Amino acid sequence: MSVTILTLIILVGSYLAGLLGSLTGLGGGVVIIPLLTILLGVDIQYAIGASLVSVIATSSGSAAAYVKEGITNIRLGMFLEIATTIGAMVGALIAVYIPTNFIAILFGVILILSAVMSLKKKAEHIHQQKSVLAEKLKLNGSFPTPAGAVPYTVRNVGGGFFMMLFAGVISGLLGIGSGALKVLAMDGIMRIPFKVSTTTSNFMIGVTAAASAVVYLQRGYIDPGLSMPVAIGVLLGALSGSKILVHTSSSGWLRVVFAVVVTFLASQMIYKGITGNI
Amino acid sequence: MTKKFKDTDMQAVIGWILRAGVLVSMSVIFIGGVIYLYRHGYTHVDYSKFVGVPDFVSNPAGIIHGIITLRGRAIIQAGIVLLIATPVIRVVFSAIGFIMERDFLYTGITMLVLLIILASMISGHAG
Repeated sequence: MSVTILTLIILVGSYLAGLLGSLTGLGGGVVIIPLLTILLGVDIQYAIGASLVSVIATSSGSAAAYVKEGITNIRLGMFLEIATTIGAMVGALIAVYIPTNFIAILFGVILILSAVMSLKKKAEHIHQQKSVLAEKLKLNGSFPTPAGAVPYTVRNVGGGFFMMLFAGVISGLLGIGSGALKVLAMDGIMRIPFKVSTTTSNFMIGVTAAASAVVYLQRGYIDPGLSMPVAIGVLLGALSGSKILVHTSSSGWLRVVFAVVVTFLASQMIYKGITGNI
Repeated sequence: MTKKFKDTDMQAVIGWILRAGVLVSMSVIFIGGVIYLYRHGYTHVDYSKFVGVPDFVSNPAGIIHGIITLRGRAIIQAGIVLLIATPVIRVVFSAIGFIMERDFLYTGITMLVLLIILASMISGHAG
């Protein structure tokens, strides 16, 4: 295939990935890897490199807005980044020793988990219980709502930290942001309000991905010819997605469609991984 | 007038850095992409077997030489390096912010994150 045609296909595909990713909150990275590997026959190692680049672009781009609005809990993000960066480094280092078909299977499983997570009802739970560790680490905060600032407390710091280590390893291993796992840690384990969890997760994804990207960059995973259309396409898609999101009240049906598509792609990845065709 | 540096100031600075980093790196990637397509648009490419990246974009010296000689992929790679650096620069500025707030616990935590990223960089060379 010629460079121009391949670039155009990837650009359009990445745009759609970024658009859907931002509308459903799943992030574009999860679609980029199956798009490149299954549809375009790109080696999964190149796909991981290109996906990481797109993850950094979208998370930095959207985190900028959330941070300014003061929804993101910067201290919580910084503290948990210790876990995600250690995890990401470990993930990137062991990726070389793990067979690519195992990576494909693992990717499929994480993809299905992400899809399920995106369908889950978002309960805005606000807790006021005191945790000694959260107090010491100054993790408790408040977030702005139309009715004024709402304070919340953070629970189970240790459990959340451990889950973040795991999220980091998965991110480093698969070249995704693993936002679903980060939200699981903050929303599910640490009982942080959903809005704070998602924006803080977004904030952390850039740093997590950068920690593994420096390893992959040196190993030649990040090919400029592939990363260029992926990064530009995903970022533009995410920007349009966030614009649309402001104007639509419900994206419920979209989540369902996306979850179905993602599950289909995931099963393809798992099948190809098991049969060794990747 | 000495005003105390607050969390909201840090939020503004971090937001600005992220936005500027993405904007600058994406512009560089775009310019490199245009040059790359102009020069190699009709070339055949094959990514089905992993062989790493071409030599001239695999190290800083090669990338710098490529930029001077206007090679598209070297310029793209420079943009990608800037993009990867953006969140790291954000961490550096958080550290400065925490020092200004005299929040030494978080200065330490931020420094630790920077050390881990540095370790990652060094271990990548070894691998």
